[in-house]
Amino acid sequence: MIQINNLHKSFGKLDVLRGLELTIDSGKTVAILGPNGSGKTTMIKSILGLVIPQKGEILVNGNSVKNNWTYREEISYLPQIARFPENLKVKELIKMVQDLRKTLSDPEPLISLFGLEKFLDKSLRTLSGGTRQKVNVVLAFMFDSPIIIMDEPTVGLDPIAMIKLKKLIKEEQAKGKTILITTHIMSVVEELVEEIIYILEGKIYFRKSLAELNGTVKKIGLEGVIAEILEEV
Amino acid sequence: MIKILKYSIYDLGRSHWTFIYFGFYLLIAGTLLFLGGDVLKAIISLMNIILILIPLISTIFGIMYFYNSRDFIELLVAQPVKRSSIFLGQYLGLSLALSVSFLLGMGIPFLFYGLKDSGQFMNFLSLILTGSFLTFIFTAVAFLIGLFNENKIKGFGLAILFWLFMAVIYDGLFLLSLLMLEAYPIEKLALGMTVFNPIDLSRIFIMLKLDISALMGYTGAIFQDFFGTATGLTITILALGLWVFIPVYGLKLKGNAKDF
Amino acid sequence: MHRLNKIKVLIIIWGMLISGSAFSQDIIVVCPDCKVSSIKQAIEKAKSGDEIVVKNGVYKETGIRIEKKLSIYGENFPEIDGQNLNQEIISVAHDSVTISGFVVKNVGVSYIDDLAAIKVYEHKGCVIENNKIQNAFFGIYLNHSNNCVIRNNEVIGEAVAEMSSGNAIHLWYARDILIEGNLAKNHRDGIYLEFVENSKVSDNVSEGNLRYGLHFMFSNHNTYSGNTFQNNGAGVAVMFSRFITMTKNKFYKNWGTSSYGLLLKEIFDGEITNNYFEENTVGIYAEGSNRMKIENNDFKSNGWAMKILGSCMDNTFTGNNFFFNTFDITTNARTFESNKISRNYWSEYTGYDLDKDGIGDQPYRPVKVFSFVITRVPASIILLRSLFIDMLNFAEKVMPVMTPSTLMDEQPLMKPADRSAF
Repeated sequence: MIQINNLHKSFGKLDVLRGLELTIDSGKTVAILGPNGSGKTTMIKSILGLVIPQKGEILVNGNSVKNNWTYREEISYLPQIARFPENLKVKELIKMVQDLRKTLSDPEPLISLFGLEKFLDKSLRTLSGGTRQKVNVVLAFMFDSPIIIMDEPTVGLDPIAMIKLKKLIKEEQAKGKTILITTHIMSVVEELVEEIIYILEGKIYFRKSLAELNGTVKKIGLEGVIAEILEEV
Repeated sequence: MIKILKYSIYDLGRSHWTFIYFGFYLLIAGTLLFLGGDVLKAIISLMNIILILIPLISTIFGIMYFYNSRDFIELLVAQPVKRSSIFLGQYLGLSLALSVSFLLGMGIPFLFYGLKDSGQFMNFLSLILTGSFLTFIFTAVAFLIGLFNENKIKGFGLAILFWLFMAVIYDGLFLLSLLMLEAYPIEKLALGMTVFNPIDLSRIFIMLKLDISALMGYTGAIFQDFFGTATGLTITILALGLWVFIPVYGLKLKGNAKDF
Repeated sequence: MHRLNKIKVLIIIWGMLISGSAFSQDIIVVCPDCKVSSIKQAIEKAKSGDEIVVKNGVYKETGIRIEKKLSIYGENFPEIDGQNLNQEIISVAHDSVTISGFVVKNVGVSYIDDLAAIKVYEHKGCVIENNKIQNAFFGIYLNHSNNCVIRNNEVIGEAVAEMSSGNAIHLWYARDILIEGNLAKNHRDGIYLEFVENSKVSDNVSEGNLRYGLHFMFSNHNTYSGNTFQNNGAGVAVMFSRFITMTKNKFYKNWGTSSYGLLLKEIFDGEITNNYFEENTVGIYAEGSNRMKIENNDFKSNGWAMKILGSCMDNTFTGNNFFFNTFDITTNARTFESNKISRNYWSEYTGYDLDKDGIGDQPYRPVKVFSFVITRVPASIILLRSLFIDMLNFAEKVMPVMTPSTLMDEQPLMKPADRSAF
């Protein structure tokens, strides 16, 4: 369970999060949507402890994230842009991340799923953007963490890899994991997500389950639904 | 932290720059020794090179490495790892890699040339000691500047400016203040001013160890009285240590408060 | 006619010499087991003009006074041991005394008397040679004595502090003396000359002395040449003297906070030529020195090759080679006009020579701005070898502002002056 109370974050004069309140129950898959600069990534990064909020509280499975790092054992994170220490080989990178976490991991099936065997001995600097993102996926999914957070996970992936990723996510859902995704790709949302959280100007603007929207979505598509809701203001 | 340190050294161990840096010292020290044929003279020439180049290279490497490993750091901060360990591990990794390159690059030619029998071992040691301190100091400051500045160009500029200030401008101001206060007994002031610049402190520390101190007359004698004693040595090392500690502590503080 | 007269005179002199020696010279032999077993005894027995030969052995004697014309020779270096009894070991009070081939040692320190191993009082024609003087307060001391030779002696002291030590070779009011081939070591001054005229100091080695290797005071018309001065508190000090010729000496490693190779103070009309200065804190330090010729010297790896104070006038510096000194010349003078610097070689000179006449086309300014700053604010030496100072020196070299504009070598040599003849 992830619980966010009255979260404030500003970068200089720019207020990004303004008293955000959110609770995500365990076992749910949630999409965080919102326009560019609405604070999606900032919120995710706050949960991960990458961004230090000025005010408010975040609890992950009941533990406050402030001045704490051990709770991150329970989270797998797939960041937006995959860049790594350039001189390491893929194999070494995987080993290193395994080394840094105490929990068990199983990268082998993922490596073969994405066909990364032939890249294992290449150094990361030589890899293409897509391959790097695949490595990134392996790093995130090789641990059996109860919470998975993904920031634009499909960027740079080819369609086949994208299908494989979706399949992976579904498997994790089946295991009862809590999953957070930010994305601009509505097909991903429609296919995977139970609930939509829409953030605007640093606050939750609306939160609806996909089932709730289901009828409308079929008529005018998800983008249309969102546009409609936004117009109601 | 040890794990981060391990990987950052591993990473740097692959880098060509580390080897170029090592090769540079090997070449310079070797050339000066085998062509010059005098250990003391080689040490004096190396002192001039070291006092300028170590701070410069450490600053440049520090800021470049910091910016280059930002993604690595971002990868790590999302992992269950303590933040300060990440920065300290990376910092120690680079500083150690640079000082070990320096140590080996210098040590190998000196050992081959016969440092043991030259009677210059202590001088060589003070050269290595100050060189390593300078590496740690300027890398730390470069990291700190990098941490405070998202903008690479600005960070790079500030780092170079810091080096320029310590290597050149500070001494200009130093000289100016000595000239303005020439009517007063200024040896103590001069002594105090050296402590605030690690390059000056290192330079004087080495020079007083070497024979050059005879050139320094009365002032040299006063400095010798200070630096020559155990207290002076302790204060020198303490001051250099503080020069490492303060930016490293800043690194920890800023690192904990930084957004990624 | 002339020629015949000359031959006549020669024959007469020769005849006199032969008859004289055959007539009056005896040889007295001294050895520990002989009838004459002490040197004092032998001197007692001898008459003027006799020769005393002392065989190898140890003679615990002191206060030996020679008041006759005697030649005393040691065979295989007999030892005369003064046992530190604070007495003069050998005192000479007659003309034409020769002392040769002894080890003379252990005089003892006195703060009242200038005790010496061998001292000559107010007489002339002495010869002191091939002796080894050890642990003496003063070694060889000439007091108001003329026409003497001090040659090939080794005078090695055990001086620790200036206050409680004397000089190896000490001359006080003397003229026409030759001091040659001696080693003067570990005393206060190696060779000390006060009120000495027309004398020659040549081919000596003076090293490890606390104060000066060679020290002139109020002594005119002297020459010293071919000597080596090393590791002394200071190499040579020449003060209040005129017409001193200094040539072909070597000054090594006179290194320390107040050290120099050659100190000149209030001296006139001297010549300093063909000397070699290496690794001295200051090669030549000159104060109130006028009309000096400083030519064809080599200065290598000194802290300052020359410190020439503003009180120095009408000196000439030419044909000197300056190699790798930290500073070539320092002065506190604003103008340097009366002194002439030309045709020297400066290793730091970077100019070119388009007309290939061996002389650089731009003048060289040997005074660095930093050395100028140092003379004003000595504490600024602390910035020696810093990058800022290097840059300052470079800037001043390109655009002189602070250094005396007249102090320059307008005809710097492109290559070091040849010393193959030297």
